[in-house]
Amino acid sequence: MVTDSVDPHIAFRNVSVSYGRKVALDRVTLEIPRHEIFGIIGPANSGKTTLLKCINRTIDFAPLARVDGQVLVGGEDVYQMANVFELRRRIGMVFPLPVGLPLSVYDNVAYAPRMAGLTRRDELDALVETCLRHAALWDEVKDRMQLLGTRLSGGQQQRLTIARALSHRPEILCLDEFSIAVDPVTTMKIEDVLLDLKQQMTIVLVTNLVQQARRLADRVAFLNNATLIEVGPTEHVFSEHPAERLTFDYVRGHFG
Amino acid sequence: MRHAAALRLSRLAEPLVEAIIRLCGWSAIFFVFAIFFFVFREGAPMLFGALDLGEFFTSVNWRPDSRIQAQYGVLALLAGTASVTALAMLLSVPAGLGAAIFVSEFCPPRVRETLKIVIELLAAIPSVVWGFIGYMVLNPVLIAVTGAPIGINILNGGIILALMSVPIIMSVGEDALKAVPDTYREAAIALGASRWQVVYKVLLPAAKNGLLAAALLGIGRSVGETMAVLMATGHAVQIPHSLLDPVRTLTATIAAELGETVEGGDHYRVLFVIGTLLMLMAFLVNLTADLVVKGVRGKQNG
Repeated sequence: MVTDSVDPHIAFRNVSVSYGRKVALDRVTLEIPRHEIFGIIGPANSGKTTLLKCINRTIDFAPLARVDGQVLVGGEDVYQMANVFELRRRIGMVFPLPVGLPLSVYDNVAYAPRMAGLTRRDELDALVETCLRHAALWDEVKDRMQLLGTRLSGGQQQRLTIARALSHRPEILCLDEFSIAVDPVTTMKIEDVLLDLKQQMTIVLVTNLVQQARRLADRVAFLNNATLIEVGPTEHVFSEHPAERLTFDYVRGHFG
Repeated sequence: MRHAAALRLSRLAEPLVEAIIRLCGWSAIFFVFAIFFFVFREGAPMLFGALDLGEFFTSVNWRPDSRIQAQYGVLALLAGTASVTALAMLLSVPAGLGAAIFVSEFCPPRVRETLKIVIELLAAIPSVVWGFIGYMVLNPVLIAVTGAPIGINILNGGIILALMSVPIIMSVGEDALKAVPDTYREAAIALGASRWQVVYKVLLPAAKNGLLAAALLGIGRSVGETMAVLMATGHAVQIPHSLLDPVRTLTATIAAELGETVEGGDHYRVLFVIGTLLMLMAFLVNLTADLVVKGVRGKQNG
């Protein structure tokens, strides 16, 4: 099933990924429209993370990974791009467990802008503050900017990684089960942030919380066992009659 | 019943295992102190007796066999150890850490295994063989290249020591880099960092304690190395003025002279004082390392 969008931000055309003999994605075709939250749901090991890694080509670092088919970002094949670092800078990535780089709170957020050549202190300060505010973390860390990032609490660290992912002003934000290590209150805060950010960027949200996808996503894709079962508007996927019986069973918690 | 018996057994076995492990831990401390004690004991009568400590540290005259007036000044020997070690570190720390970074981050997996085996083989070569290489191979090469009258000198000893230290620095350094979680690499890569930026901005800061430990192990190896420097540095007691001067180190002096001394004599005891000095130096290097590492950590927490 193909969405009705004319100009998709991200498109998968018949994408298959395997790690050695293990097939992680099997001929997936889908399109992700601009300025939407695109939810990806499915049980563990269904290929959700692999799908994310194809978008910014961090799949290249997985041992034995083999990618077939086309992944298009902004209409351009990611494997035809001359500068893969440039691609990655256009995409923010948030991992399941927060990864505070071994730097201070400030330097964590300033890391990517500095790599991109931003050195003026006042500009950096402003950018760091904006990102931390966006990630709903500013009030908690504004007096502790030189603290080592890894010394924040789990929920704070996860918001720090979101701030960091926003620091290079990405056009796409990918989140991989961001709420695993985060308490429910913080999760709700981040969810509000995401709804805000939708105005500025496309958000791809991999989640194992079906209700989270239902709350946030405009469109949902359901993966099971490396195969795309169904993709469509959230209200349809979560309705009494989604296109596939398997989808119904999964979102109602009958398996997975 | 069976379960209860197993439980009882484990109640007996656990304290036993714990006692054995405890013994292993304490024995390391015990042996260090025991070695220090015995070395110190042999040197002590001289240290607190006839030895003039002022002369010991400031005189360049090492004339233990003089029939008129034996002189025990180790300044030249200290200078020998310091110069050879410094040169060796200057060469081996960059090379060793560079090799560690290459093997851990840039090397294709298949080449990595081969390279590691070869480099670790380098570490297994006995030091007397290294000394032999310095004496027979490097000596004529240095004479030809530098025009020095003799090729067994600081440069020769430094190069040989550097070659001996590189495998240690590389293998400890690589372990330190491998201990950095892959998630750090992923996170930095996802932010658009190039491989070199990942190394420079993320891996080196994250692994710096381990890398420092690697460098210090290399220094320890260099200071303590005996046979290779005995053969490769020329064994001349003097304050060096250039890289091409032969020198003699503290360790080489002990190795070369201990067999010639009368047990319990002044010369014999002075050699043990030198041994004590070497142990104190090793202790100082390790202590400094600990303080530096702790200092770095303390600053980050603040």
